[in-house]
Amino acid sequence: MDKLRLSYTQTGRAIWISHLDMMRMLQRAMNRADIPIRYSEGFNPHAQISILLPLSVGTESLCQLADIRVRRDVDIAELPRKLTAVMPEGIVVTGCWEDGAKAAELQTLEAQCRWEYETEPTEEQLCAIKALFERIELIVQRKTKRGEGPFDILPYTRLLDIRSEGKSVILRVLVSAAEPVVKPELISKAVAENAPDLAPAFVRCTRLKLLGKDGKVFK
Amino acid sequence: MDKELEKILPLVQKPARYTGGEYGQTMKNKAEVELRMALCFPDVYEIGMSNLGLRILYECINRMDGVWCERCFAPWFDMDEQMRAHGLPLTALESGDPLSEFDALGFSMGYEMADTTVLEMLDLAGIPIRSAERPNLTPLVFAGGSACCNGEPMAEFFDLMVIGEGEDADCELLELLRKAKREGWTKAAFLKAASAIRGVYVPSLYEPVYNEDGIQTDLVPLDGAPETVTKAIMEDFEHSVFPTNQIVPSTEVVHDRVTLELFRGCIRGCRFCQAGQIYRPVRARSVETLVQQGKEALEYTGYQELTLSSLSSSDYKGLSQLCDGLIDYCEPRGIGFSLPSLRADNFSMEIMERVQKVRKSGLTFAPEAGTQRLRDVINKNVTEEDLLHSCAVAFSGGWNGVKLYFMLGLPTETDEDVIGISELVDKVVHCWRENASNKARGCRITVSTSCFVPKPHTAFQWEPQVSREEYMRRVKLLRDTMKARSVTYNWHDDETSHTEAVLSRGDRRVGALLESIWRQGGYLESWSEGFRYERWTKAAEECGLSLDFYANRRREEDEFLPWQRLNMGVTQAFLLREKHQAEKGVLSPDCRHACSSCGAARFLKEGKCNG
Repeated sequence: MDKLRLSYTQTGRAIWISHLDMMRMLQRAMNRADIPIRYSEGFNPHAQISILLPLSVGTESLCQLADIRVRRDVDIAELPRKLTAVMPEGIVVTGCWEDGAKAAELQTLEAQCRWEYETEPTEEQLCAIKALFERIELIVQRKTKRGEGPFDILPYTRLLDIRSEGKSVILRVLVSAAEPVVKPELISKAVAENAPDLAPAFVRCTRLKLLGKDGKVFK
Repeated sequence: MDKELEKILPLVQKPARYTGGEYGQTMKNKAEVELRMALCFPDVYEIGMSNLGLRILYECINRMDGVWCERCFAPWFDMDEQMRAHGLPLTALESGDPLSEFDALGFSMGYEMADTTVLEMLDLAGIPIRSAERPNLTPLVFAGGSACCNGEPMAEFFDLMVIGEGEDADCELLELLRKAKREGWTKAAFLKAASAIRGVYVPSLYEPVYNEDGIQTDLVPLDGAPETVTKAIMEDFEHSVFPTNQIVPSTEVVHDRVTLELFRGCIRGCRFCQAGQIYRPVRARSVETLVQQGKEALEYTGYQELTLSSLSSSDYKGLSQLCDGLIDYCEPRGIGFSLPSLRADNFSMEIMERVQKVRKSGLTFAPEAGTQRLRDVINKNVTEEDLLHSCAVAFSGGWNGVKLYFMLGLPTETDEDVIGISELVDKVVHCWRENASNKARGCRITVSTSCFVPKPHTAFQWEPQVSREEYMRRVKLLRDTMKARSVTYNWHDDETSHTEAVLSRGDRRVGALLESIWRQGGYLESWSEGFRYERWTKAAEECGLSLDFYANRRREEDEFLPWQRLNMGVTQAFLLREKHQAEKGVLSPDCRHACSSCGAARFLKEGKCNG
């Protein structure tokens, strides 16, 4: 036994844990649960843990994946329960398996975005938002490791569903999870830049599921 | 989580500071809780969560049935601004409930510069800052920690202070508060009853008296309050609480590791050092207990790092066996074991080498003064030979630099002593040339000086601090004489040192000064972002007080001192003896070689320290 893939959900207070802190936290949680994590060789050995698609601070996820390497066999069926017991509030390990699909197979992310407004959105506003997705392009200033620049999100974003709920608009979207990765939070930013009067006052995104190149749930 | 809080979290740096929910936090069912306490730390999360005392008290209080103890830290400037803009009150991390709903707020006061932060936290919680403006029994606002050993500057803000060690005293106090709450006592009745608990100082039961020169001449106990308040201590330190089920912060904090507390108190008796006096008598834990606590805490937390903490860890009698025991556990598990800064003597270096054979972390020595004469005055029992020998061992063992700490402005210091620092540093550089195992890597010596701040309950409590101008002149003198390229010199600024000196020996009138500074925006003043000296001078003018009166005035030996009613164990007579020895430049032995009858041993049943 060497490589294991874990799935977990990150909700509630845990959504404020940054990626770097999450990595540190996972390593300590593995120690607490007595999971024999493998360490890299070298002068500053570090635990062999990686998170497949790091989560932005403030975003919820029901479909986080992490890969770990272990030094010896562990009880895979038991692991999610054992690990969840030593997690901070808001992190639940939902599964563990061997032979996870290659990261290169990861294609899209299905997410829900809750956009909250000061007043109840009207039918026209809903239509106007929908219309944004039917434009030829929707340019947003995007920051990546290589710098900031204009980026058209439409080729990498699909609106699956839109409805209003009280003072909120709930969107279900499909965004690219392979290069170029589109974070669902980028959509509301694009709205703010292109149609400021449609910009929500508060946004909460939730990752629902990851899909592979074959269109099936990525595992 | 509060909806409003969720909305402002994306707008601030490091939101995980404000969310709680960490592994190891204590959650209780509000419906089954009779008394709610918030441990408040007047600094940011990363600093507060690094404080072992806070973790110990959290555990002690949460072990009480029907009492729930939560945590609250000071918000960073950005969060403070957002909370005020959105009308959000200060809340506790575990429940997210506003502090104003709590029965007791206990502030941990380790450093005087946090005083104005307390005022901001109270105000942010919607709680009046002055004790007299809070007529109700709850929320009771109290404090503890080493900065309370002179309670006067904060006397008008806190309802009471717990002097000494809080493990038992806090619980006794909360038990009394629970009774008072059940039986509907008035605040006055409660404070009166609380003043009978060992270690509890109720400032409102004491009235300061000043003479025409503005010098305090007495602190009169009112209404039958005790003549002196004797600090609380844990006599049986071996068995006192050490939390192995610690909270593991979900974001990085300053001391992100397991810390073992070897002993309380210090055998050394450096004459400038407050901690070395006020934590006496010396009480140590056994090697077996410490190894066990280390293992349990590592297993519970999953931390990959362990360190030791005490005032002078190399004075722990069982250090060698302790290190062996901990290394045996840590090494096969890849857990890093590091030692805090040690004394510059042979024994420490031998242990240092054994522990740190893999990673060479920084080495820090604190000779404190540049000449043997001045080191004798301050009773710092380290010789030049000790220091150079330790450096030689370090350099030949692969270290390519050391950090050296000194103080400027110590009593009796002359220019010769200042220049003595640079001469000593030159010798350390020379020592590197002679001993370095790898000269190609170059040599890095960092020299830091701070300005001496006279502290209550020390042999130097009567001494003036040198003026800011004189301190800066000595800094310049040192800078001009320290020429070696491999030496970096950092000095602590004169302005904070001056204000620290005001607060550490301030009287009750300093409270008005603190309020004025806070009203001008003084907050998180231990951070350069929060400190403005101009606020202090302006406040002093407004209050008709002189900063120099507190910082730079010599107290007569028979002058009444504002902290004189607090009995920290060491007697006034002992401190005077030490003052006179200092004036003669005579060393006093450490506690193991001979007892100097400091007075603290009275607190132990057998009347004997356990160092």
